[in-house]
Amino acid sequence: MPILAPVEAGSFVVSCGFLNEDGFFALGDGTVKRVGQRLLDLKVHTGGLLAAELSRDTTSLVTSGDDGCIKKLEADGTVIILAERPRKWIDILACGPGGSVAFASGRTAWVRLQTGTEREFTHERAVGGLAFAPKGQRLAVARYGGATLWWASAGGNPVEFSWKGAHLGASYSPDGKYLVTTMQENALHGWRLSDQQDMRMTGYPAKVKSWSWSVKGRYLATSGANAAILWPFFGKTGPMGQSPLQLGTRSDALVSCVSCHPKKAVVAIGYSDGMIVMCRFEDNAEVLLRQSAKGPVSALGWDPAGLRLAFGSEEGEAGIISLQS
Amino acid sequence: MSEANQKVERSQIPVTVLTGYLGAGKTTLLNRILTENHGKRYAVIVNEFGEIGIDNDLLVESDEEIFEMNNGCICCTVRGDLIRTVQNLMKRRNAFDAIIVETTGVADPAPVAQTFFMDDDVRAAAKLDAVVAVVDARHVLQRLADTTEAEDQIAFADVILLNKTDLVSAEELARVAARIAGVNPYAAIEKTERCAVELQTVLDRGAFDLDRILSIDPHFLRHGHHEHECSAACDHNHDHDHQNHHHQDDLGHDHDHPHSVKSISLTAGDLDPDMFFPWINQVTQIQGPNILRMKGILAFNNDPQRYVIQGVHMIVEGDHQRDWEATEDRQSRLVFIGRDLNWDTLKQSFTACVAE
Repeated sequence: MPILAPVEAGSFVVSCGFLNEDGFFALGDGTVKRVGQRLLDLKVHTGGLLAAELSRDTTSLVTSGDDGCIKKLEADGTVIILAERPRKWIDILACGPGGSVAFASGRTAWVRLQTGTEREFTHERAVGGLAFAPKGQRLAVARYGGATLWWASAGGNPVEFSWKGAHLGASYSPDGKYLVTTMQENALHGWRLSDQQDMRMTGYPAKVKSWSWSVKGRYLATSGANAAILWPFFGKTGPMGQSPLQLGTRSDALVSCVSCHPKKAVVAIGYSDGMIVMCRFEDNAEVLLRQSAKGPVSALGWDPAGLRLAFGSEEGEAGIISLQS
Repeated sequence: MSEANQKVERSQIPVTVLTGYLGAGKTTLLNRILTENHGKRYAVIVNEFGEIGIDNDLLVESDEEIFEMNNGCICCTVRGDLIRTVQNLMKRRNAFDAIIVETTGVADPAPVAQTFFMDDDVRAAAKLDAVVAVVDARHVLQRLADTTEAEDQIAFADVILLNKTDLVSAEELARVAARIAGVNPYAAIEKTERCAVELQTVLDRGAFDLDRILSIDPHFLRHGHHEHECSAACDHNHDHDHQNHHHQDDLGHDHDHPHSVKSISLTAGDLDPDMFFPWINQVTQIQGPNILRMKGILAFNNDPQRYVIQGVHMIVEGDHQRDWEATEDRQSRLVFIGRDLNWDTLKQSFTACVAE
């Protein structure tokens, strides 16, 4: 039986997960809470916290806020300012290889390399999302009208991908073959990088705001429908011409957040009414992890072993669900 | 259209949009709103920090990003930056009570307004309260002659602050007020110096609330219930004839401004809903780009309830409001403010919707 330990978050949970075995909750009021062995309740941003992501090596948490700061919270509780853009709201963040961090505001994206060197990438229209390639130093920028691939640490001409509309989030498939974006319309767009082949993934009743790659990158799980929609990315043509898996179908709520299990073909699904279930890909078998509550589930994060799941909601409800009893 | 209000469960944050030319006094008004002791906390989205002398961590500078929607409609545009900012604000929803959006002097107000109807997330979180245009009494006639933006801003507004009245003569002021009323006879006009206005006349007006569509005709106003709406509406409605069912007097500017904005008020008795809804859908689909604002209170045959409707360009929403009272005339009234609309065709086709 799963055991749920509630955590008093008290503010919109922007991101949650595990930092060195301890659960963390990055909150809209600017604080980061940590539970477990080393308790912490730290006001990291003077205003609100808008984005947070674990570093690639999972030893630190990178956050950004409406104070224009990009900060790094180490496991021992020390906070370092990585970069600052006074008066800008930094709500787009991505952590890359070797400690590099990308962030954006308005039409400009920046990369801060481990060495402290910063590079600036400007675009004609709004930046919507950032993603580092799984290997190497490519930075993908989802923007109005398509996406741009930059070399994060070196010069060289960018590669442009065009598709009409506003592209918001960006994500590389773990094998590096595909780039996927969420759109202002209720759809995903994708490109096969080898030949710029377009892929449209549509049929959502709401915007896709949460997504997660399954173990070995076989599926991309997404929110935005009354079930978790999982697009297949194995095989030569990825999702093209394929039907997605639909897991955890509900008639009375939309999926608001998804997080794939780090080791098994299982996805944790959070709904707009606060319910959380865990679903197995092969047979759609479900385990209820949390009953419905006040607010939509806004964040989910597994520990590396896949034994604990941190969750949080827009209304500041949070907790850690342990699968082992 | 009747499902327009569904599934909004949490209380929506009211949003006031400030428009007006550079130098008209928007910043003065903003500074007043932010410093006056009214007990409310505002998040403010500005296009430029400029001279706002307020230290407020809920003040954000935002580059206007117009997003076209991929639905083939040229007037379906939203402000992408606004969607993003509203979503970010919702992460600290307890930190403020209302949102104010200041637009650039040359901005088209429509994409701002449409954002609050077309984006589901924004719509769930926030609702448009009113569009307030700040107008410089000394320069507005020149602006109206030079540009279409100034006219759009006035036509689109629910409240017009006719500012800097101390810099013009009484005759000039009367001429300016008449010209503004010619563009938009349905907005409340407040004459001010240095934007010295009771803040309740610009904030929390509910101008887009279907429940509060009352001000299109003084006959619909119930005195005492909506005090500031009442005084404001009375201020301008005395200027025109309540009985006239034809075009608003545009003060003879038609020949000077071939594309100038005009308004029309259509009235009838009971309408046939099977005729009306296809008609209004067609009108807004085809003429949407030229329709700036539309509001109406309608009586449908065999329907005991008043139906209220409002629109911006191609976006139309409507709902049943309440039962007609025994003392009320069951009258349908629909007003359009727009540019290059064929008024005669509009009137004739509306008449065809009257219940037999």
